[in-house]
Amino acid sequence: MERDLVIIGGGPAGLAAAIEAKKNGIDDILILERDKRLGGILQQCIHNGFGLHVFKEQLTGPEYAQRFIDEVEALGIDYKLETMVLHLSKDKRITALNPKDGLIEIKAKAIILAMGCRERTRGALNIPGSRPAGIFTAGSAQRFVNMEGYMVGKKVVILGSGDIGLIMARRMTLEGAEVKMVVEIMPYSTGLKRNIVQCLEDFDIPLLFNHTVTKIHGKHRVEGVTIARVNENKRPIEGTEKFVECDTLLLSVGLIPENELSREADIDINPITNGAYVSELMETSVEGIFACGNVVHVHDLVDYVTMESYLAGYGAAKYIKGERIKWEKIFKTIAMKGIRYVVPNFICPQNIREEVNFYMRVNDVYKNVYLVVRDKKGVIYKIKKNHVSPGEMERIKLSKEILQRVDEELVFELKEVEE
Amino acid sequence: MTKYMTCINCPLGCQLQVDIDGEIKVKGNKCKKGEDYAKNEITNPTRIITTTVKVKDGDRPLLSVKTDREVPKNKIFDIMKEINKVEAKAPIYIGDIIIENVLGTGANVVATSRVEKIKD
Amino acid sequence: MFDVIIVGAGIVGVSIARELSRYDLKCLVIEKSSDIANGSTKANSGILHAGYDAKEGTLKAKFNVLGSQMYEEICKELDVPYKRNGSLVLAFDDEDTKQIETLYERGLKNGVKELSIIDKNTLLSLEPNLQENVVGALYAKTAAIVSPFELAIALAENANENGVEFMLNTKVDKIYKEKDHFVIETNKGAFKSNYIVNAAGLFSDEINDMLGGEKFRIIPRRGEYCLFDKSSGNLVTRTIFQPPSKKGKGILVAPTVHGNLFVGPNAREIDIRDDVSTSREGIEEIIRGANRSVKNLNLRDIITSFAGVRATPSTGDFVINIPTKNAVNAAGIESPGLTAAPAIAPYVVSLLENQGLKLYKKANFINKRKNTKLFINMTEDEKRNALSVNSLYGRIICRCEHITEGDIVNAIKRPLGARTVDGVKKRVRAGMGRCQGGFCMPRVVEILSRELNVPMTEILKSEEGSYILTGRTK
Repeated sequence: MERDLVIIGGGPAGLAAAIEAKKNGIDDILILERDKRLGGILQQCIHNGFGLHVFKEQLTGPEYAQRFIDEVEALGIDYKLETMVLHLSKDKRITALNPKDGLIEIKAKAIILAMGCRERTRGALNIPGSRPAGIFTAGSAQRFVNMEGYMVGKKVVILGSGDIGLIMARRMTLEGAEVKMVVEIMPYSTGLKRNIVQCLEDFDIPLLFNHTVTKIHGKHRVEGVTIARVNENKRPIEGTEKFVECDTLLLSVGLIPENELSREADIDINPITNGAYVSELMETSVEGIFACGNVVHVHDLVDYVTMESYLAGYGAAKYIKGERIKWEKIFKTIAMKGIRYVVPNFICPQNIREEVNFYMRVNDVYKNVYLVVRDKKGVIYKIKKNHVSPGEMERIKLSKEILQRVDEELVFELKEVEE
Repeated sequence: MTKYMTCINCPLGCQLQVDIDGEIKVKGNKCKKGEDYAKNEITNPTRIITTTVKVKDGDRPLLSVKTDREVPKNKIFDIMKEINKVEAKAPIYIGDIIIENVLGTGANVVATSRVEKIKD
Repeated sequence: MFDVIIVGAGIVGVSIARELSRYDLKCLVIEKSSDIANGSTKANSGILHAGYDAKEGTLKAKFNVLGSQMYEEICKELDVPYKRNGSLVLAFDDEDTKQIETLYERGLKNGVKELSIIDKNTLLSLEPNLQENVVGALYAKTAAIVSPFELAIALAENANENGVEFMLNTKVDKIYKEKDHFVIETNKGAFKSNYIVNAAGLFSDEINDMLGGEKFRIIPRRGEYCLFDKSSGNLVTRTIFQPPSKKGKGILVAPTVHGNLFVGPNAREIDIRDDVSTSREGIEEIIRGANRSVKNLNLRDIITSFAGVRATPSTGDFVINIPTKNAVNAAGIESPGLTAAPAIAPYVVSLLENQGLKLYKKANFINKRKNTKLFINMTEDEKRNALSVNSLYGRIICRCEHITEGDIVNAIKRPLGARTVDGVKKRVRAGMGRCQGGFCMPRVVEILSRELNVPMTEILKSEEGSYILTGRTK
């Protein structure tokens, strides 16, 4: 089968990309979604708080997803459900599989990667102890509770204060479980402030910073965990160990972009984000393959995923129509002092629509700093921030006009505010 | 009496000190929103509840729901009990009212996802 | 009344069971765990040793070399992965060089073929990711790797297809003689048998005591491992050993048959025999050890760590003897036990025969298993055929390993099929990949519930008591 545009993943990123590509004149679009319905992980995120930027209102995950699903349907965009992409090649050939069609071979003119991310596991953390039942990633617990209607435990300890963990603390509490505590190895939370207040403080669930789980107990089912305070090197401090009785340990310790297909297609991956290096139009290092959403870098707001994905859809449409200017005059973005990474990584100013949103994360908590953008010649943009944290993504919008004048490279960094 | 809380209006997360002595005085806020937030939290804290209800004849076992407006925080668990009593019948569309005026709060419990009727 | 009852369904027990299934006999395997290969067989290095380690004249040496020669054929028959990848024992200094020369000599005496000592340049051209300070190595081309639990399950399935019965979740409490036969009392009732084989692994000394055999003890020694993602799978192609030293056997770095990489094990004596918990110090110890052998070990690629317990006998050698009339011990089968198992099996059968067990070859012995291929391993044509018969092959459940619903249903429906989430994982690798079941575990629970027709809340991770769900939300 031949297609103009194939989008791998029918979550918020894939849906928005499809809609924008269609609106930009691409009719032959196919979305490949591995689950039984479109919407991706939003379908199990039944809490509200989505859509403040895009729709100026608070929606639940399924409601947010449905708006895009309805639009995809209305635009007549083609999709296949329960379809898993098995292989992706550099020359844009896809092998996929589903129960209805069996093996599917597709040659696409352009591809948008929108596979999202997966959760880090106990193994990745190397938490010592036994290996009983009762250890869940927060997301798989969320699936059991919200989609299947099963409780995963009665007395719960949550490791990691990522948003899914915080959300699950409230969810488990509402459904009758006792959430004993949330343990966070960092001195700050990686979750959103409002989640800490509304998911933990509302229910008097303690949040322990600078603590981690040092051992899991229980032969067949979790019987408890040992927690301990950690030092500045994140190593447990002897003598601070405490046993906490519980039957369940939920892990909310980070997300990893799912780039196995991207690697197979020889796409360059940024070791810091674990996602592809992308251009101003979200194009990867392989021509005609675009990427957007959590497969590029892990977002904390779906609204930003949507905006980024609109751009990818627009970019892919330009590419298919032959209007994407080949990278002639390009410059790089560079994350320096205090900034962990910036997306996008390459800018070809001629391709910019009106502006570019630069998304970035800082590497620590800072108070009273300037977020500075500069090129070889000097400072281009500067904004004062009272508070920045690795848990909350920063966004800077720069216009095409400004970016056209950039000399060689665009550096993003933090600068102390002089009193 | 003095209470401490974190303002959630923006990522800044101002640490608020709220003195309640007949009149409510808020300190630590960097903008007006912080003061409003604190006053509301003291006098009448409210929240949206999001949860699920059982589904009959649906293509999935659960329907996600929310209260269509904020409800008093101290009624959360009572409302959960009410929600857990009901069973919705497929097909259900987003916005369908599942419980009207739950516990007299003025809030309806409404569907936030679509559940198709199972075909057999 | 059974002709033979085997206690223990680890690699030794099931190898003996399959050997016995060649004959017209009524046999039963009793296993206290919920599945085949849930003890030492589940968590070990999966290495088929060439046979230069054990002292000449020991049972270890004899059965190691023999077993190593038998495996390729067995794995082919049973359609389980086998890879002759070779092994290297590294030398870092003169003392190590003497060590590997000793091993070389011993290997020759033990009858190991294709053994050689190679110099630094040859070594580094074979394995470029080794540390630069290596000076040479003992190279054993006959060393191989297998997946020990898949192998054990295949042997058990095949034995079962040939008539051997299995009782799982069945713990032996007491054994006594009644007239000329044994009575074995368990939590699932009493079983009678004319002959008994003790292949109880970590608990084989307890069974030996019940049989009244000459005393020996099992000293449980735990070994911890780290498993790395397939993206680290090419770090080495051969199994990399360190020279044995006063400090112990050294940490190995090895590929697995499925293309992952593992490092480990250390060795720690423990109090509780089946305590397979890991420790921070232990994991750090094996990582340190591995870094002595290889460079570029990417710790971010670790997908899980685990521990296994070796059944080390107090005698120093395998305990294969006759504890009492009409019984055979196959006990204390520590490393190289996996390698030795197929050679131990016919020997144990001969010991039974010597005591009067009548062996008549079955005319209809089936030496192959049917329908074992995973979708991912099929050829394009096989895939299309499989899909046309069963659309469940079109639904990927485990995204990391590309395991389909068809594969999982197969694993449940096979002889001695999976009954637990770990059972599925051991048979078809669902949940074995980099996300460690994060995505597929809920789906696997659902499929088990549907296929076994039991509520989701009754699906276990592994042993009794390892429940996953605590009830319904509504």
